[in-house]
Amino acid sequence: MQPFERLTSAVIPVLHNDIDTDQIIPARYLKVTDKNGLAEGLFARWRYLPDGSLNMDFPLNQARYQGRQILLAGDNFGCGSSREHAPWALMAWNIRAVISTSFADIFRNNALKNGLLPVQVDKQTHARLVDFTEQERRQNGKERAAEAWVVTIDLAAQTLTLPDGFQAHFPIEAFHKTCLLRGLDSLGYLLDFSAHIDAYERSERAYPFGVRRYDFA
Amino acid sequence: MTRPQTLFEKIWDRHVVVEEPGSPAVLYIDLHLIHEVTSPQAFAGLRQRGLKVRRPDRCVATMDHSTPTKDLSLSAIDEQGARQLEQLRRNCADFGIRLYDLSDEQRGIVHVIGPELGFTQPGMTIVCGDSHTATHGAFGALAFGVGTSEVELVLATQCLLQYRPKTYQVVFEGRLQAGVTAKDMILALIAQIGVGGGTGHVFEYCGEAVQALNMEERMTLCNMSIEGGARAGMIAPDDTTFEYLANRPFAPKGEAWEQMVAYWRSLPSDPGAQYDRRVTLDVSKLEPMITYGTNPGMGIPISGRIPDPQQEKDAEKRAALEKALRYMGFQPNQPMLDQAVDVVFIGSCTNSRLTDLRQAAALLKGRKVADGVRLIVVPGSESVRRQAEAEGLHRIFLEAGGEWRYAGCSMCIAMNGDQLQPGQLAVSTSNRNFEGRQGDGGRTILASPLTAAATAIRGRITDPRRL
Repeated sequence: MQPFERLTSAVIPVLHNDIDTDQIIPARYLKVTDKNGLAEGLFARWRYLPDGSLNMDFPLNQARYQGRQILLAGDNFGCGSSREHAPWALMAWNIRAVISTSFADIFRNNALKNGLLPVQVDKQTHARLVDFTEQERRQNGKERAAEAWVVTIDLAAQTLTLPDGFQAHFPIEAFHKTCLLRGLDSLGYLLDFSAHIDAYERSERAYPFGVRRYDFA
Repeated sequence: MTRPQTLFEKIWDRHVVVEEPGSPAVLYIDLHLIHEVTSPQAFAGLRQRGLKVRRPDRCVATMDHSTPTKDLSLSAIDEQGARQLEQLRRNCADFGIRLYDLSDEQRGIVHVIGPELGFTQPGMTIVCGDSHTATHGAFGALAFGVGTSEVELVLATQCLLQYRPKTYQVVFEGRLQAGVTAKDMILALIAQIGVGGGTGHVFEYCGEAVQALNMEERMTLCNMSIEGGARAGMIAPDDTTFEYLANRPFAPKGEAWEQMVAYWRSLPSDPGAQYDRRVTLDVSKLEPMITYGTNPGMGIPISGRIPDPQQEKDAEKRAALEKALRYMGFQPNQPMLDQAVDVVFIGSCTNSRLTDLRQAAALLKGRKVADGVRLIVVPGSESVRRQAEAEGLHRIFLEAGGEWRYAGCSMCIAMNGDQLQPGQLAVSTSNRNFEGRQGDGGRTILASPLTAAATAIRGRITDPRRL
């Protein structure tokens, strides 16, 4: 897993509530047996018009938002299907963090396992961020350079710093934070518990009444 | 005296292998269900690290998402889908995992065959790389969907790292009227609490209306827990559960059966057990439910009218509603009844079991599907298909002008070529009405098998009680 320490970038606003993983990556892109080519499918239904051409109304296709690494989304981001192709596709687009007021459980788990940081903020902070994206669009590069709109995520401090210097704190479990900071994946951690798992499998807790009910082989 | 515990807590506590302060619990997984779409990268990860599957005897694999439904050959689907199925075949052979292959008589949708074959049992922890794994909670199991990284963790260690979720008691009081089903109950719940209402929680469905459901109906209820934001939904095991399970191929037999039933009877929540949240719905006046929008929370009673965004005070919700109505091509305040449809799909892990097919067939018997409407009926498993055929249900569907297919996920996820054309409007017994879910540009209305069948006959959205 790629470590995550600090990230400074302006945001890409995709501000709908309840963005489901079917929109993040439609099912027709799930036929892969590896993780290649998923960037092409990211938000495919919104990014492409029915004739296959790019929908220039969609932020991901607009010049201003190219190269940005933070997605700003509406409430309950990533609901629906458990497909891990959703964080894989976001990462393939080089997005490293998503800011929202809440995340669906499975998406959040999947994101954390891939070095994609879910940054949960309160409604006021979210509204301020939305306001900055609107200011930026209105000014259209005339008054302030793109750098003026960047936010900074500091994982160690668990802070999000807005363009005006306002700082918000975001929650993350200590375990996930350590894994992300060091780029550790959880399989190595879990394998260290093999002796505990062996002991569990020999215990009455694994086999009530000694009934080997689950041994289906 | 020990503190009263919920069903969830009893199962959770029994499966915690170790829990170190500041870290998630190492949770033992009893049963791991596998399908072709979310597993290839997990097996590749094992190979890369030179790991084996720790407990292949606790894994069961099937082919369902990409499988053809018109005939059972790989040439019936696209090359990429066929490659994915062949990859699953190779992975199961290499790692010693039981696979219900394309031509297997017991093959079907993972959430249909698990219970049908008796793999799914009360008190278990069950995972699958599929968000509808909550279905198995109908048996009093803790069952939830995981991503592919977690599939790899379970393959390698038979465990997951999990933080304990909160509990949410959902009480359905009263008795359902004729023509109203478990599907309507779950759509009503999600309409009330919203698609994120259960985030961070496990639902436990309780109450008279839940106890009265048969196992297939309970599976419909638990299946859509994720559509309310909860990874898992559970129902206390009772005699209905045990009657369903007895003599299933992989259920315990003889003395072991008696011992396990005694254990399973200890699982229901203790009187006085505390939940983090609670909601109560009275189902006695519940109508058939129907969705009008682009997520499962956008549902109304079938006689109702589509909400007016102008009446919505929250700006974000108003925008979401406007966007949904734009996509669906519906107007504010428009009634859903009598809306003309193009396609009716009866199937998916939500509603493809015998109970569902019998209900649909009872309405379709001796009637015809309306001109210009396509009805497609896809059983959840090959066993369901054979039993439905033994009962003559397939003849009813075919004589009505419908299509009768082999088992699979089919048009619910539109990965196998069964899909809506752009602009088409479908009433579907599946679980998701997201934009394009059933095919790019397709529009989906979620409803029960009864409402779907009644709608197929009239070609317009129809209250099955008025047919």
